[in-house]
Amino acid sequence: MDKKSIERRRQQAVAKWEELQKSPIPFIYIGAGSCGLAAGAADTQSAVEEYLRRKGLNARIVQVGCIGPCYLEPLMDVQMPGQPRISYSNVTAKDVAYILNGFFENGEITKSRLAGHFGDGDLDGIPRFFDLPMLKPQVRIVLRNCGLIDPEDVDHYLARDGYKGFEKSLSMTWREVLDTVKRSGIRGRGGAGFPTWRKWATCRETESDQRYLICNADEGDPGAFMNRSLIEGDPHAVLEGMLIAAYTIGASQGYVYIRAEYPLAIKRLKKAIAQMREMGLLGQNILGSDFSFDIKIKQGAGAFVCGEETALIASIEGKRGMPRTRPPFPAIAGLKGQPTIINNVETLGTLPNILRNGAEWYAGYGTDTSKGTKTFSLVGKVRRTGLIEVPLGITLREVIYDIGGGTQKPFKAVQSGGPSGGCLSEEFLDLPIDYEHLAEVGAIMGSGGLIVVDSDTCIVDMAKYFMGFTQKESCGKCVPCRVGTRHMVEILEKVCDGKADLSDLDKLEKLGHTVKNGSLCGLGATAPNPALSSLKYFRSEFISHVKDKRCPAVTCKNLVVYRVIAGKCTGCQRCVKVCPTGAITGPRSEPHNLDQSKCIKCRSCYEICRFDAIAGDAIIIES
Amino acid sequence: MSEDGLTTIGQEFKGERGDLIPILQRAQDLYGYLRPDAIRMISRWLKISENEIFGVATFFAQFRFHPPGQHHIKICLGTACHVKGGEQILTIATHRLGVGAGETTADGKYDLDRVACLGCCALAPVVAFDDKIYSQMSVLKIQRILDGQKID
Repeated sequence: MDKKSIERRRQQAVAKWEELQKSPIPFIYIGAGSCGLAAGAADTQSAVEEYLRRKGLNARIVQVGCIGPCYLEPLMDVQMPGQPRISYSNVTAKDVAYILNGFFENGEITKSRLAGHFGDGDLDGIPRFFDLPMLKPQVRIVLRNCGLIDPEDVDHYLARDGYKGFEKSLSMTWREVLDTVKRSGIRGRGGAGFPTWRKWATCRETESDQRYLICNADEGDPGAFMNRSLIEGDPHAVLEGMLIAAYTIGASQGYVYIRAEYPLAIKRLKKAIAQMREMGLLGQNILGSDFSFDIKIKQGAGAFVCGEETALIASIEGKRGMPRTRPPFPAIAGLKGQPTIINNVETLGTLPNILRNGAEWYAGYGTDTSKGTKTFSLVGKVRRTGLIEVPLGITLREVIYDIGGGTQKPFKAVQSGGPSGGCLSEEFLDLPIDYEHLAEVGAIMGSGGLIVVDSDTCIVDMAKYFMGFTQKESCGKCVPCRVGTRHMVEILEKVCDGKADLSDLDKLEKLGHTVKNGSLCGLGATAPNPALSSLKYFRSEFISHVKDKRCPAVTCKNLVVYRVIAGKCTGCQRCVKVCPTGAITGPRSEPHNLDQSKCIKCRSCYEICRFDAIAGDAIIIES
Repeated sequence: MSEDGLTTIGQEFKGERGDLIPILQRAQDLYGYLRPDAIRMISRWLKISENEIFGVATFFAQFRFHPPGQHHIKICLGTACHVKGGEQILTIATHRLGVGAGETTADGKYDLDRVACLGCCALAPVVAFDDKIYSQMSVLKIQRILDGQKID
């Protein structure tokens, strides 16, 4: 395919897209990203199919990716001829018939479960979807297509200016593209924030006849899913970004290194790569130019450390994923000893937008040193959870309260950057989110995980959790990381068990600095961050565990007891039935007994008691 | 063992060192785990010692070295799941099944695993039962799943 024929194909795609907008048959869109499916989107879709069959109606069902507000999943949009697309939230299988009846039987817009519409202007007082509180403050650049297009239909992508950014770069020299990326100010979205153009320039200027490009989709940070959502919702954006990057650095072979835990993302990528090949966007002399490039998928086998560049390369080469010393940096000697660029999914997904709309447009968002937008997975105890994209420089408060709707119980902390990041207390809520400000206070931007916790979460327990994670994921090469993280976990376990003394906290701090300074790669160098930052900002909570032997959040198992309040217990026996160890006994209608020696503190009795309006609150957990 | 399966896999790859992990992944798809005889064959084919193959395979969380149970229960303990009570869900599963994380029940029916993140963090805590992911789990819902009841 050459430039003319792709233009023809795009025109057809635009026509098809417009046709779809004013289609004479109704369209029903189902949010079928991994999160939607987990919330039951597959059952919702079956119910829609069943409904249409039963009523003998003609309508088309389209599966789309995640649009962001995961807490509203499963999302179902209905688009009747001549009407904008209208979105319904938390649509389980049993809600389908009621919602569709409104449209198909009564010829009106069903009002229940209504989330918003996708048209312009006012519609019957229904809010626009993008005006919802969670979406309004967002700037959607890299996520612009997610949830709106069918990710498996390349025509949808083409119709929305797909591959125009790549065509634009083909009409420029590699130096001009590099310069555009430099002026845009984009920095690596994988976490470290290294200027993308600088890495590229090093690679391109290294003499070699074989250079490699690797897309890092090994999203190992627990609590983060931005890359998964982007690939599931708009795979071609990432692949187009790979074409632009490969053209600029002069790579002829590319890899997508993706977690095996993301089967749907892998499926969508495979399909998209096949479509590219069929359209001549991969292979020899792409679009009639002298640029040739191909992409292979490599499935990561599950190791957090493989997010580190040299470890990732080792694993592609079929070795244990252990980092090596740098220099030489992969941009000079990487995969098979050749110059290699590793870019994060989001960095690549952003490139088409920069090329299409210009560097200045992109640099118009963000701050002086951190340009553009960043996606975050906003999760934890916040009311509105999901995937968001915001301009850099926005404050944590705006993200947590305006977008996330705040927490139900009092806000305690936000963890940014996952196991490499830091835990920030309330005093930092007005901190602008950018690379510099977060680093200054001991956190990092990271890949985009933002975990919000409230007064029910124990900070010590969370620090123990993160240390336990990095200890398990340490590759074992550097002693301070391999042994140091283990000792840090042991100290934190002692604190959680109420067996530590104050000198242990000093040891923890000292050890943390040793691990930081004595480790080769980013995993070890950042592993102590969660422990050190929580120790710094939440010292009083550590002291409670150490001195008073109390866990203020009532979380640490060995510091809490479960009790039945005899005066409140009606003897309904529901807790007796759910107790997996038989720790609760007692005849019906009499206050029950709880045998502490048998109790495994699994919380089942507490939960079921709270469901029960009569006996509610009869079981308490106290520290 | 059916060598045919491995031979078919052999045709998909050139037999380069870099193919080791994809080949191990395919072999595990085929048998459910990395059988010692499969590793022996791969070792001869790629000319990498069995020792080294075990070294690589044990490094990554994905590879198993024992036959899998009939059903696979994965309790997600990513950060979001952890702060929303994933640990207690694991406690119950451990207690009810009588095995720890990473083990298989004596009757070979269930595998229990704790996993780092399934990527559905906004709907935490989540549990995967074979290929089905259950979101917004609770200590009561996991008990119902283990009782073999539908929870929705």
